[in-house]
Amino acid sequence: MLHTLAVLVENSPGVLARVAGLFSRRGFNIESLAVGKTDDPTVSRMTIVVDCDSRTLEQVTKQLHKLIDVIKISDITQDAHVERELVLIKVHAERAHRIEVMQIVEIFRARVVDYSPKSLIIEATGSAEKLNALIDTLRPYVISELVRTGKVAIIRGSKKI
Amino acid sequence: MKLSGAQILIKSLIEEGVDTIFGYPGGAVLPIYDALYDSDLRHILTRHEQGAIHAADGYARATGRPGVCIATSGPGATNLVTGLANAYMDSVPLVAFTGQVVRSMLGRDAFQEADITGITQPITKHNYLVKDAADMAEIVHKAFHIATTGRPGPVLVDIPKDVSAEEVDYTKPGPISLRGYKPTVKGNIAAVNRAAKAIMQSERPVIYAGGGVINASASEELKKLAELIVAPVTTTLMGLGAFPEDHPLSLGMLGMHGTKAANYAVCDCDLLIAIGARFDDRVTGKVESFAPEAKIIHIDVDPAEIGKNVRVDFPIVGDVKVVLNQLLERLEKKLPGAWQDKVKQWKKEYPLRYDLKDGKAIKPQHVAKKIHEVTEGKAIIATEVGQNQMWAAQFYTYTRPRSFISSGGLGTMGYGFPAAIGAQVGCPNDIVFDIAGDGSIQMNIQELATAVYYELPVNVAILNNGYLGMVRQWQELFYNRRYSHTPITAPDFVKLAEAYDAEGYRAEKPEDVEPVLKQAIESSKPVLIDFIVEPEENVMPMVPPGGEIKNMLD
Repeated sequence: MLHTLAVLVENSPGVLARVAGLFSRRGFNIESLAVGKTDDPTVSRMTIVVDCDSRTLEQVTKQLHKLIDVIKISDITQDAHVERELVLIKVHAERAHRIEVMQIVEIFRARVVDYSPKSLIIEATGSAEKLNALIDTLRPYVISELVRTGKVAIIRGSKKI
Repeated sequence: MKLSGAQILIKSLIEEGVDTIFGYPGGAVLPIYDALYDSDLRHILTRHEQGAIHAADGYARATGRPGVCIATSGPGATNLVTGLANAYMDSVPLVAFTGQVVRSMLGRDAFQEADITGITQPITKHNYLVKDAADMAEIVHKAFHIATTGRPGPVLVDIPKDVSAEEVDYTKPGPISLRGYKPTVKGNIAAVNRAAKAIMQSERPVIYAGGGVINASASEELKKLAELIVAPVTTTLMGLGAFPEDHPLSLGMLGMHGTKAANYAVCDCDLLIAIGARFDDRVTGKVESFAPEAKIIHIDVDPAEIGKNVRVDFPIVGDVKVVLNQLLERLEKKLPGAWQDKVKQWKKEYPLRYDLKDGKAIKPQHVAKKIHEVTEGKAIIATEVGQNQMWAAQFYTYTRPRSFISSGGLGTMGYGFPAAIGAQVGCPNDIVFDIAGDGSIQMNIQELATAVYYELPVNVAILNNGYLGMVRQWQELFYNRRYSHTPITAPDFVKLAEAYDAEGYRAEKPEDVEPVLKQAIESSKPVLIDFIVEPEENVMPMVPPGGEIKNMLD
């Protein structure tokens, strides 16, 4: 089962390597990982998605806690939360297909952020499912490059992690 | 006040109460050694960085105070790696300082550069690269705090040469604040209550005590608990000495080379009380058959140990000493019954034994037993790894904590001798023995020079069987006696000792064992004793790897 962990860490050098290294050497699989500073510049927040059973999740959480640079871990999978990924897709849209591509962009509430004679760059945010659907839909129009972030997530309402 | 990074380092070490450091100089630590020249700190110069870190580890295990070692960048630092992994596996409080290339050269593959913080990440509790001399004091104090609190472990501090040379305004750092590190000390009240209830309801309890009892200085509490509820106590290898083995409730060690009584009791108990132990595979054997009928209480300071290898019914996270006191407040005296009789019967029926009939060759077990007799059980015993380690564990009756010093988790050959040196430095009035094999002793034999130079009267009892004995034993039992590369030669240990200006003796007959041991103890020099022992003696009883612990070969 997929679990979404929100992890607060010290914004210190090497912290990402410590977390990633822990996952690999203990044999835990990371589905996705996103990291960035929070409003407090000394603290970074990671959103880590792991695919594991609940017993492994307990070990993941406890082992993460042992890292001195890890401040707090919350499994927010069961909490109502907002989650987003971002994708940038470069499509080789020929003149003939541009209208169709633009319609798809509209339907998915994506945006065109670069327009050049031979290609378009489309930006979209949303859940993994929505982004997967968008990518599948665009595939016939020749995707030349694609980049996406890991998931970021935050609990709904006033509750904090 | 203007001080160099190196001076701040020395000042901070003294503030931490450090009196002795083990180390080896080199280019990148020149400024640190220059500052050391003016200080009162005792520096023990070993002959290899691995010797320095194992000595610091032995010092820590024997005294309970953190061990400190220092090495230069590059190869100096990488030579610490085994020692760090060793201390990490056995939860030993240790702070290692390494030199590093100057900041401007970092990452450029400079001369003697190694990414030691990267390399040691999985084998240290934490590590630091000091990038500014102004941070030195705070980092050193944090390193000691992390190494010695919670579940102890090694911390490495990497210091670029120009950081230790740089002069900055020194200000005393404030109290340590680590928001991500707050070890639990007191057990959760509800969890303690539940465990106490389970103990009162149990009919066949067994206590399984590990090194955590020694780390928490909780031997007294353990004894109180065992006597109050009349529970037999077995210890792990790391827990030897946590409970007196001459006590009527002692079962000795459990696991692969444990006693039958201990393994049978664990398999038959209805409540297993695990205290500061981690259900290592050498203890549990096939995990499904380990304490199959028992509810399990697990007390540990490290929450990650709970539920890692076995399911636990009553987890309690906290300092072992504090939690045991919490439990003791809630328990009432229990009376012995059929269970205690049964356990007594096992002990009587299945004692550890060796065959003395054949009087020709010295039995290695006999040497361990005689060391106990001759030292009246008051020695500190370090071991190497393999058969020597298991015989030392089985046949020397340990009665006090910090008297058995051995590489349990990592199983590091070459650990025992430098660890014995460290123990002797920390406990100058104790008799220290390293029980060694002819293979292991050759891995750090160069430290004889250290022992001689600092006049440390360490005794090394080499159980010389001409083999890498434990590997040979497995080849005999599981590889059809194909002794692939386990026969091993050694130098003339007596001559070798003399070459180092130590003393060397040899014993070839059983009746020589006692006199030669007495002679060694009386000598004020380091002594190597070459005991020529039965070459193909096996460590028994034995649980085959992955087997059920109730099925022991003997």
